[in-house]
Amino acid sequence: MRVLPEPRSPDLLRSSPAKGTPLTRTSTRALALTAALATTVGLAGCGAKTDASAGSSGSAAATGSSCVDTSGDSIKIGFLNSLSGTMAISEQTVRDSLDMAADEINAAGGVMGKQLKVVAEDGASEPTVFAEKAEKLITSDCVAAVFGGWTSSSRKAMLPVFESNDALLFYPVQYEGLEASKNIFYTGATTNQQIIPAMDYLKEQGKKKVFLVGSDYVFPRTANKEIDAYAKANGIEIVGEEYAPLGHTDFSTIVNKLKGSGADAVFNTLNGDSNVAFFKEYKNAGLKADSLPVVSVSIAEEEVGGIGVDNVEGQLTAWNYYETVDSPENKKFVADFKAKYGDDRVTSDPMEAAYTSLYLWKGMVEKAKSFAVPDIQAAAGGVSFDAPEGKVTVNGENHHIAKTALIGKIAKDGLIYTEWKSDGPIEPDPFLKGYDWAAGLS
Amino acid sequence: MSGLWRNPTARLWVGVAIAAVVLFVVAPGTLSVFRLNLLAKFLCLAMVAVGIGLAWGRGGMLTLGQGVFFGLGGYMMAMHLKLADAGPGGVPDFMSLYGDGTVPGWWEPFRSPVFTIVAIVVLPTLIAALLGLAVFTRRVRGAYFAILSQALAAAFAILLIGQQKVTGGTNGLNGFQGFFGFALSDPANKQMLYFIAAGTLLVMVLLVRLLYRSRYGELLVAVRDQENRVRFLGYNPALVKAAAFAVAACFASIGGALFVPIVGIISPADVGVVPSIVFLVGVAIGGRATLLGPVLGAIAVSWAESSLSESFPSFWTYFQGGLFIVVVAFLPGGLASLGQVWRKRRAVEAPPDDEADDPAAVVAEPEPSTSGRSA
Repeated sequence: MRVLPEPRSPDLLRSSPAKGTPLTRTSTRALALTAALATTVGLAGCGAKTDASAGSSGSAAATGSSCVDTSGDSIKIGFLNSLSGTMAISEQTVRDSLDMAADEINAAGGVMGKQLKVVAEDGASEPTVFAEKAEKLITSDCVAAVFGGWTSSSRKAMLPVFESNDALLFYPVQYEGLEASKNIFYTGATTNQQIIPAMDYLKEQGKKKVFLVGSDYVFPRTANKEIDAYAKANGIEIVGEEYAPLGHTDFSTIVNKLKGSGADAVFNTLNGDSNVAFFKEYKNAGLKADSLPVVSVSIAEEEVGGIGVDNVEGQLTAWNYYETVDSPENKKFVADFKAKYGDDRVTSDPMEAAYTSLYLWKGMVEKAKSFAVPDIQAAAGGVSFDAPEGKVTVNGENHHIAKTALIGKIAKDGLIYTEWKSDGPIEPDPFLKGYDWAAGLS
Repeated sequence: MSGLWRNPTARLWVGVAIAAVVLFVVAPGTLSVFRLNLLAKFLCLAMVAVGIGLAWGRGGMLTLGQGVFFGLGGYMMAMHLKLADAGPGGVPDFMSLYGDGTVPGWWEPFRSPVFTIVAIVVLPTLIAALLGLAVFTRRVRGAYFAILSQALAAAFAILLIGQQKVTGGTNGLNGFQGFFGFALSDPANKQMLYFIAAGTLLVMVLLVRLLYRSRYGELLVAVRDQENRVRFLGYNPALVKAAAFAVAACFASIGGALFVPIVGIISPADVGVVPSIVFLVGVAIGGRATLLGPVLGAIAVSWAESSLSESFPSFWTYFQGGLFIVVVAFLPGGLASLGQVWRKRRAVEAPPDDEADDPAAVVAEPEPSTSGRSA
């Protein structure tokens, strides 16, 4: 019955003793040699120290000279949107309108007589992929400008790439502000063109107690920080501030808190599917848009269908464009879009901002009479375009654009109708320098 | 020639020489700065794969949470780079934008480059060792361990997102200017980073080979295949497994730390559940129980993903799915087992030679030529 051998015997489990020792020694030597090799080669390849360029760190960062080929009868541009992953459903719509704008421009003779040649890439909903593909578009494909990005993290990931290569990105989505890069043109709204007008509207409506609900990421947290400061300065009380993780679908606790808070308006920065669950719960709790309206800043025409019109009818949104905007430019834009992609498709703010961004770049190139980045940067200020949303003008200082703010109401047909608009286009102010109450924010 | 292949020492040297030539001469000589930087990124992911190969392939621990250790290393490096960019006593930009403009106490030590490097190597290793001991002495294994490690990855990502003021939230940490005093935008420095990554990976592979060939390596395989029998023999399987888990965590952390200056960003999207699973995919496709399978698998999968998505931006994911199905259905041992499958076929036709005397060595050692082909 002796099944167990002596425990911890040194020779146990040593099935191939012949191979043990000499191999180990060689491996150690190989290891040391490789380490030494790696160190030598690594050190031999050292480049510039940060100290050397510290004096002009921001501007002189560009090391590689541009490889954009302007000699032929076409010019390359890059479209970089997520076609796979969680953001694909939103970003595909932006890609569609970018494609349409490129086709239109090409049909009308191109930019400075050159046809646009689009290099398309998939950002895969991952910031690192956005950074990789941006670098590829700039250094391998040598595109004159890149259009795309959606999430803040994708933009933050791409920003250093565009700055170090001194290239141009046109970013088409409203965002949380507090950023301005000379290498990025922001054609969506910054906070003072969306969040603050929405608060102005609530104040005008006599709302005194606002409840904040948002997804847990950078945009809602930053937006709410600004709303908080606005409320303090304007006699509005913030009666609750709740965050749900992205993709969260259980809102019973938050809606209960909302119900018990005595709020007379809700400011909603939830993203994606969370909206479906939130509005369903809101309806189940017996809350009504008339008495306790919800202002949403992430629900556009595209999302209304997904959430279900029944759940959001009568609720408010804050954007700079709706499909229902009444202008000849928009009628043409909507008609062309439906003709190209189908009658069931809707147009929304980010799509319109992307469409506009391509035309703004065209305007800048034609004004500068050059595709070179420094020339475009110098010429950008004052370039304007009669966009579907109305006239927009580029601010040469912070590279955002002046836009009109629109508060809309969601109707039974799933479209959003303008309820209130700002007095003309609002000058972009990403760092909220023009607002006294925002002094402590950045 | 075949005599040379039979001699393991010679094979090791030939393998190292081929890998060194490919990594240090051929790749920098033929690839553009962008492609070389991309390869450096893949090498970082391969470092994680080497660790997974050890923990999963050899130790049988299906770890679905390597993103945690990858992230720990990455974030620690990113914190140092952020603080270094801000200068002595400075505050990283995002803290003044999203937070109250003060640097929290636990960030302060990361101003020191030495502390950062030590922490990157030691901290995740220590955490994994303690966690491993706690989990493995309770004899948690198989699917339960997998679920536990995955939950850890999910929790880690949620924690990072929630603490926006000190972690950058979903945006993560990005916009680095320098790497220990070297400007990151300079192509020469990018090349230097590539060499560091290549050298580190080579050292890791050799270390793992050392482990595989040691008594510990055999004990690890024994624990994987017959944990109870090893216990009856008087060993403590928890210690054996925790050690492999800790080494895997250390490799993941170093991979994460090098990933940050090479890619320029680390965010919760790189450390959560999905990336943790993606780490496994390369290992599984390459062949998890072999020495080079995980490395080559990770590099090949990332490379294919990148180039396929460039050529077919709207439907590259189908290719990826197809490859997974093919490997899982026809090559459960991974691509590294191709040679073995072929050899078996041949063995059936011809009478078997002396190949079968050491089956473990066959599994552990794919043809050295494989290393040269795709590294």
